[in-house]
Amino acid sequence: MAGKGRGVAAFTFNIEALGIGRGSMPEARVGPSPLFPSTDFKPVPLKVGEDEDYMLALKQEMRGTMQRLPHNIKPQSNRAEVERYTERYLKQSQMDDGEWTPDWKLFPKELMPQKKKPRAKAGTKKKTVKLSRKDTDDMLSKLDALAKKGDGNPEKSDDETEKKPGDEDEEEIEGEEYDEEDIEEENDYIESYFDNGEDFAADSDDNMDGEATY
Amino acid sequence: MTAQEVRLCGLLLREHFGEVVEKVGTHLLRSGAQNLRTIIHETGISLDLVKKSLCVLVQHGACVFSSGRKGPGSPTEYQASSDRILRILRYPRYIYTAKTLYGDTGEIIIEELLQRGHMTMSSNVKTVADRLTQNMEEGRSMDYSEVSSAFSNLVETHFLQRCPPLAGLGTTDASTPATPATPANPTTPSFPDCYKVPHMTLIGRGKRQLSSEDGEEQRNAKKAKLDSDTHGDEGIYWQVNFERFHLHFRDQAIISAVANKLDQTSSEIVRTMLRMSEVTTSPTATCTKPLSANEIFRSLPSSYNIPRPILDQYLTLLVDDPMEFVGKAGESGGGMYVVNLHRALANLARATLESVVQERFGSRSARIFRLLLRKRHLEQKQVEDFAMIPAKEAKDMLYTLLSQNLVQLQEIPKTPDYAPSRTFYLYTVNQLPTARMLLQNCYKTVANLIERRLYETKESKRLLEKSQRIEAILASLQASGAEPEQLTEVEEMITAPEKQQLEALRLHINKLDSAENQVDETIFLLESYVNSTATPAS
Repeated sequence: MAGKGRGVAAFTFNIEALGIGRGSMPEARVGPSPLFPSTDFKPVPLKVGEDEDYMLALKQEMRGTMQRLPHNIKPQSNRAEVERYTERYLKQSQMDDGEWTPDWKLFPKELMPQKKKPRAKAGTKKKTVKLSRKDTDDMLSKLDALAKKGDGNPEKSDDETEKKPGDEDEEEIEGEEYDEEDIEEENDYIESYFDNGEDFAADSDDNMDGEATY
Repeated sequence: MTAQEVRLCGLLLREHFGEVVEKVGTHLLRSGAQNLRTIIHETGISLDLVKKSLCVLVQHGACVFSSGRKGPGSPTEYQASSDRILRILRYPRYIYTAKTLYGDTGEIIIEELLQRGHMTMSSNVKTVADRLTQNMEEGRSMDYSEVSSAFSNLVETHFLQRCPPLAGLGTTDASTPATPATPANPTTPSFPDCYKVPHMTLIGRGKRQLSSEDGEEQRNAKKAKLDSDTHGDEGIYWQVNFERFHLHFRDQAIISAVANKLDQTSSEIVRTMLRMSEVTTSPTATCTKPLSANEIFRSLPSSYNIPRPILDQYLTLLVDDPMEFVGKAGESGGGMYVVNLHRALANLARATLESVVQERFGSRSARIFRLLLRKRHLEQKQVEDFAMIPAKEAKDMLYTLLSQNLVQLQEIPKTPDYAPSRTFYLYTVNQLPTARMLLQNCYKTVANLIERRLYETKESKRLLEKSQRIEAILASLQASGAEPEQLTEVEEMITAPEKQQLEALRLHINKLDSAENQVDETIFLLESYVNSTATPAS
């Protein structure tokens, strides 16, 4: 840059044309601008009135309501095992309030969640039928493998094979369905056993003889 | 989507739908159209939650899905639109407008629809009737037919519209608006039947919700409701027509501007003109259809009692006004007059810009700004002369405005080599880019307001929880009939300084909320202006 030296700022053009003199330059910045600079002019106060108050009330109400609706998804919905037991053994109606089923005709099919209890849905799909046929063969081979393990799994697998061909309406991805079936079968208690969130592990040991039925 | 828009959308999603939906929504906004697997992979959220979040987003119209770009076999893709999410800011205004136009029934219909995204007419009518019955005295209940008629009124005036029908995803039907072959267009095209009220058999009255002690009966009542669910309008979903509300807000803005600038009578005349052109004007029209002075005279409300020659004088005044709200389009029928919608919006936006400069930099800077808006390009010397401000101060103000990007510098070379000593440097203001910049500032403002409110709530979380618990205790004590001493004892569990703190907190939160609502009004004006200048896609 020409004219560099002795600490005098030099420009490639004649600044007078811009109307800014050498002396009237603002001080050089020594860092980022402050986060909350003091302003010369304070902001105008907000409008107040009946309309504004009403809209304020509406806004706060709407926020509260929407946070209670089932649309609001809480991140901890996948809870640890203990709480899932509680959820399942609570009266079904209390769970219904939290559920919301959209009309699946308007949504892509892949968004349907897997149901823990297979429910009959309208409309069969050829794809799943084919899958279930293929699966039966897989299942049989798996049965043999599992039977060797010998910890009650054959019983489970039988249930699964029964359910699979019979339930043509499931559009699930295979692996996840099996996982859920596994977990459902793990406990030995009937559905109506109601426990209010106490430690299941301890109780199960105590009551196994009295309550369990097969 | 600018960074500010995405940030604001994220905060709005978090407040209304939870953090999971926020993560999925912001991811979609940032990355464009994606299919389910990619979303799961990139956000790291479980399949279940992602599915639910997408359902919620689609239900509320914030996200559209279509078959993939690679052909009919590829997985469905989801695309979020920030416009729709930003509308959440305006929900209170929509509900309030419905209240002023259609009373409490209309208000609750719109509120329920906004909360649930889209619903069938029958479910909406039932829910609204139940809610209205809750607020009525004992023994009275709301009839479904009243609610249905309010619903039909809303549909007739186009405030509500049907959700567009979707083609099945297997077919490649490109005619449905849900497939974004075109970029995600938030306005739903009108298809036939868009505003047709279905024939619905729904007879009954609203049910008062029983108190929670009667749990059993409530469950049975619920079951009964679910059983008798089909009313002949299955599969027909309704949503709020935001565009129609926006047209209404725009008309209101024009009328109040005329009332402020001229007088009440002129605003009544403009209101009449706008009302007459409601059905004949398309939403994107530059100006209304021409109306003759005779027609206007006939349609004026009789309470105003304006004689014909006075009306003509008012119309001439309106036409001559520099704001150009009303224009003259011909001489037949006593003079043909139009309302210049786009020009009115541009003028309103300009007034907003000027007021922003005035409030931030003072009235002299505002004078310079207005001068530049009017005269387009001015040299430094000319600015000082026209604005009648001493040279040094004018330079300072211009420089401040320039550094804030409200004013731009235009170089006009005298010689081809752009030599600085032989170039004109002119200051100028471009209204449209400046309006866009201020719009982004508004988004940032609202996002900051929300963050501050969340921070304040978080800081005093312990105190808020304590006060909520105490209120709950008080309520249950009162319900079970306790003595006054017990009540005062419970009330005293909150100490006086804590009460003060709570009061201050409430005041702050109300102020922040109210500020959000009012910034949204500015957002609406600037957005309407920017959209009106967009050339229509052919």
